[in-house]
Amino acid sequence: MTTKAQAVMDWIDARFPLTSTYKAHLSEYYAPKNFNFWYFFGSLAILVLVLQIVTGIFLVMHYKPDASLNASGVPVAFASVEYIMRDVPGGWIIRYLHSTGASAFFVVVYLHMFRGILYGSYRKPRELIWIFGTLIFLALMAEAFMGYLLPWGQMSFWGAQVIVNLFSAIPVIGPDLSVVIRGDFVVSDATLNRFFSFHVIAVPLVLIGLVAAHIVALHEVGSNNPDGVEIKKKKGADGHPLDGIPFHPYYTVKDIVGVVGFLIVFSFIVFFAPEGGGYFLEYNNFIPADPLKTPPHIAPVWYFTPFYSLLRAMVWPLFGLDAKFWGVVAMGGGVVIIAFLPWLDRSPAKSIRYRGPIFKTLLAIFIIGFAILGFLGTKPPSYAFFGVIPGAPVAQLFSLYYFLFFLTMPVWSKIDKCKPVPDRVTG
Amino acid sequence: MSVDQKMDGSRRQLLLVTSAAGGVAVAATAVPFVASLTPSERAKAAGAPVEVDISKLAPGQMMTVEWRGKPVWIINRTKEMLDSLKKTEGEVSDPNSEKPMQPEYAKNEGRSIKPEILVAVGICTHLGCSPSDKFKTGAESGVSNDWPGGFLCPCHGSTFDMAGRVYKNKPAPDNLEIPPHKYVADTKILIGEDGKA
Repeated sequence: MTTKAQAVMDWIDARFPLTSTYKAHLSEYYAPKNFNFWYFFGSLAILVLVLQIVTGIFLVMHYKPDASLNASGVPVAFASVEYIMRDVPGGWIIRYLHSTGASAFFVVVYLHMFRGILYGSYRKPRELIWIFGTLIFLALMAEAFMGYLLPWGQMSFWGAQVIVNLFSAIPVIGPDLSVVIRGDFVVSDATLNRFFSFHVIAVPLVLIGLVAAHIVALHEVGSNNPDGVEIKKKKGADGHPLDGIPFHPYYTVKDIVGVVGFLIVFSFIVFFAPEGGGYFLEYNNFIPADPLKTPPHIAPVWYFTPFYSLLRAMVWPLFGLDAKFWGVVAMGGGVVIIAFLPWLDRSPAKSIRYRGPIFKTLLAIFIIGFAILGFLGTKPPSYAFFGVIPGAPVAQLFSLYYFLFFLTMPVWSKIDKCKPVPDRVTG
Repeated sequence: MSVDQKMDGSRRQLLLVTSAAGGVAVAATAVPFVASLTPSERAKAAGAPVEVDISKLAPGQMMTVEWRGKPVWIINRTKEMLDSLKKTEGEVSDPNSEKPMQPEYAKNEGRSIKPEILVAVGICTHLGCSPSDKFKTGAESGVSNDWPGGFLCPCHGSTFDMAGRVYKNKPAPDNLEIPPHKYVADTKILIGEDGKA
């Protein structure tokens, strides 16, 4: 660096920790050298977050959160989305980037979470990273749910109706709570406006704060890796981990490759299948909200369906409380239980590479079961596979498995036959 | 500050008192914000009763009107439909309408003032979807082969009989709500008011 430039840097560094922050998080943040493609999804999640924020800012310039009917009898909010799609220059692609981006966000985040389970990234000392991550997942679900109300279509309206009514299942305070959430006795203009406020201001702020905490906690303890060994245990004479390489330039360049790959797939979907065959944007949502008529088949967007299946699986009252309440407990518990993984897993090895057959088998069934729950959640409750195998008991079976997988983990993860874990990463 | 340093008791006390006062102020400030989340005066006032003319409602037909933003069904039940209530008695979870889901005057087998006319809020007591009418019986209904006629909620599969009574072991906990209503004339119903309040 020239002396002139160095002088400018020195002036800044005396007033703001620019160089030291750059070093701590990029040029001298040592990450394990053996990252594979699974490690793309963290940086891709940040990319999609930025994409959603930028497209969102531009959408708000044209969108109107108003449930009243315009002169042609169409709700203003619904009409303003159609206005964005048809009359605003470039509006259609900004809107599709945002609506398809929501699904992309969940694809990336689910893969990111699965990576954590594969390599034991939630294990000590990364428990807090995992908890922040679970909170991000929760905030993301809230964000997606409230955003889905805004187009004020049939699915927006009835989806919100169902989810807000979930809260009314809570004993004693439930009915009043759901009124406070809606701001009315039914889903109405008041609901639309507050969801808009939460969707564009409150939840994004929380989300950004949680992402910052997630990364700060990660950089404090350092990244895990596909071998699940701590690279900080073996340091060279320079004090840097022997198996570590600086994040910049090595992983910035690698992540750009991931970004390019992601954008190829993502652009293809945005241009050729933005509705994702009815899974990203449901066809019923192209009909304006009608408070008097539920669509014949209502289902949440695909990323909620595994948890929706947990909700539907509970049809029996227990301990004097309604089945409805237990459905809500199952759904909420299904998300919250993920946060406890660091304490449920007692395996001596972190990574699947050194874990035993019990883990591999149970995890494979878990993933298949989760996918089947997700699939069944998009179908009506009366659905039967090939018209003969009824879906409801299958969903109940895999819902039971979902919880047993977590709850019995302390036992089977301990007795599983693990391979010896190497001292250093294996490349 | 080292541990052996002497603590200034009066300053610590001042600190605690001012912190507590500040905490109370913060809590008090939250009141209008929380209050703003509850239904506005306009939303509360929007519950005006609705008058409905049912003179054109033929037996076996159903009509839907809006009351307080919710769909309210009015069904003119046929004799077969009323007879089906006897059969479903053992299959529904609250056959005698013990739970307070209806006004006193609708606490009977048909859950109605006039036996054939059912007035019910068309909102599933599970999570608030509006059930679809499945008045056709048997396999033709698409519900089940021995379906006696009633309602099916498309969201989570709860079923109700022709009096809005929920079947056992379904996600919905309660029978459909019967709104307060009264007959102002032989074929005119006022929904939302019964003069008994």
